[in-house]
Amino acid sequence: MADNFMPSAAEMLRFLPETVLIVFGTLIMFLDALVGEGKKAWLGTVAIVGLLLAAWGTVVAWSNPGPAFQSMLMVDGYATFFRFLVIAVGVLTVLASVTYLERERADSGEFYALVLYSVAGQCVMVTANELIMIFIGLEISSISSYILAGYLRDDKRNNESALKYFLLGSFATAFLLYGIAWIYGATGTTNLADIRRVLSNREIAPALGLIGTSAALMFVGFAFKVSAAPFQVWAPDVYQGAPAPVSAFLSAGPKAAAFAIFLRVFMTAFEPVADKWAPVIWVSALATMTVGNFAALLQSNIKRLLAYSSIAHAGYVMVAIAAHSQIGTEAVMFYMAAYAFMNVGAFVVVAHFARQGEKYVNTDDLAGLGQRQPVTAALLTIFLLSLIGVPLTGGFFGKFYIFKAALDANLVWLTVLGLLNSAVGAYYYLRIIVVMYFKEPGESMHDLQPLAAGTQAVLWGSALATLVLGIYPSVILDFARKSAALVK
Amino acid sequence: MDAILFLLFAAIAVACGINLVVQTHPISSALSLIGVMASLAVLYLLLGAEFMAAAQMIVYAGAIMVLFVFTIMLLNAGAEHKKGRSVIARLLGVPALIGFLGLVSFLIQSLLPRSEEVRFGAFTGGTAQAIGKKLFTGYLLPFEVTSVLILVAILGAVVLARKEI
Repeated sequence: MADNFMPSAAEMLRFLPETVLIVFGTLIMFLDALVGEGKKAWLGTVAIVGLLLAAWGTVVAWSNPGPAFQSMLMVDGYATFFRFLVIAVGVLTVLASVTYLERERADSGEFYALVLYSVAGQCVMVTANELIMIFIGLEISSISSYILAGYLRDDKRNNESALKYFLLGSFATAFLLYGIAWIYGATGTTNLADIRRVLSNREIAPALGLIGTSAALMFVGFAFKVSAAPFQVWAPDVYQGAPAPVSAFLSAGPKAAAFAIFLRVFMTAFEPVADKWAPVIWVSALATMTVGNFAALLQSNIKRLLAYSSIAHAGYVMVAIAAHSQIGTEAVMFYMAAYAFMNVGAFVVVAHFARQGEKYVNTDDLAGLGQRQPVTAALLTIFLLSLIGVPLTGGFFGKFYIFKAALDANLVWLTVLGLLNSAVGAYYYLRIIVVMYFKEPGESMHDLQPLAAGTQAVLWGSALATLVLGIYPSVILDFARKSAALVK
Repeated sequence: MDAILFLLFAAIAVACGINLVVQTHPISSALSLIGVMASLAVLYLLLGAEFMAAAQMIVYAGAIMVLFVFTIMLLNAGAEHKKGRSVIARLLGVPALIGFLGLVSFLIQSLLPRSEEVRFGAFTGGTAQAIGKKLFTGYLLPFEVTSVLILVAILGAVVLARKEI
């Protein structure tokens, strides 16, 4: 090994998206010193260029798939899918943030640099084939997210959000790391494929208790990151306190990446003991859906409501993980894509509507939006209908594939309870639509500005993606189907 | 001899660890933390991880603790005010901790295969040379990517600490 450790050109290319993102993140920090006050929005453009180049890098990496850097990374269809997804979420976040930061008089280059680093961390996570790599990617993504959550430093809510996220997040990462240490101690390797090889060989497999302990510890870490019960308590406070575009980012990008590694670790490394962990996921899925949906019923703050709804949606995805089949993996991939667009869209409408200092974040403040800004209201309606899972939207097919995967895996009860749960969920989404269209505009409407260009781009883009996924799901599903086989 | 050294320093580490949590003044806690770090370094050395032991002493017990103490001095942090803890924490905290530790040690005791006794000097994979080779061959990518992690942390400190946004 020592003779031939220099990475080949092909291997470097497989790491291209991350390289581009990191280079552009650093470039933005350089340019930040050169660009004058009030012109920082220009750095947002640089960030978009970086993200688009990274998307191109993903295509280049995909043209020659395979392992890289001593199997630290594995560029396969699964990784490529999630790389595209987190980069897309990054683009939407940057577009939505430009106006928001100007409005809060907080525009500066660091914000965009942090978004790029966070996306780079998520790309490392979803491509990683090795627990150490997963851990480092997760930390890059998380630490950038902690800072973004508290970016408006003078706002109390931002401080609370960042502090809670940081303390609980570090605690959860420590569990993950402890789990990694256990599995390394038990199997002598951190490579996912090698762990799987050891666990499936009866002669050298360590005792089940050891595997179980490390799987349980890693489950705690991952469940926290995807906000699955019983580790979901942080999500409402963090999403409510963070700047709205950051809440959009947190609920889509890091979550998709966390689900990607969750699935990859449990479907490759721990797959030989799948019948042992699946019941745990079953219970967690049910608890997550129920807690999320019922708590969302009681919320009057719309950011908090969306936070609980994102917990509920994490629960639906857990249903597909509990199925632990290839169809389940496809369902997770499709759902994360559909969910990212509809949820970012909903949060960005809130960011637009809340105005400076996020004054208007209650559900009742939306009263009369249907009359004053019919287009914004219509777009929000599309996102909410998709979150409910109404046909012709991406959310419908997302739920359809998840419950189909669950039925195929004979999880009848979980499917029934999940469907009942989504019926409960319909109530609080529909309530927002009712308030928008059937209530008279109040004082919250008088100084509402028209949609800014960046916000418009995000909303139209997300709405288009939501509808396309609902009408032609095959555009994504075919790719997901081809790349869902994690174990070759 | 190895066993005696191990037991001695393990006991010091645990005692310092408990003291760290129990003390109310931050300086006393920081000093206990130095004790934990230093005894951990000895434990690493006993296992043959000499590079780890040196790094532990220089980086953790040295550099990081100096920063800790500086920060505490600069902030002039006084003794912590104890607030009444919740009933659940008071009743369940210690038993739950003992239960968890008991479970973990039981698992390690009963499940891990009996390994040979650790002897000082038996393991040679922990030298600076061996670690350097690993870092720059097999673990090149994690090593490089960690620098991004540190960069993000620095950036975060700058963002959160400057005067105006």
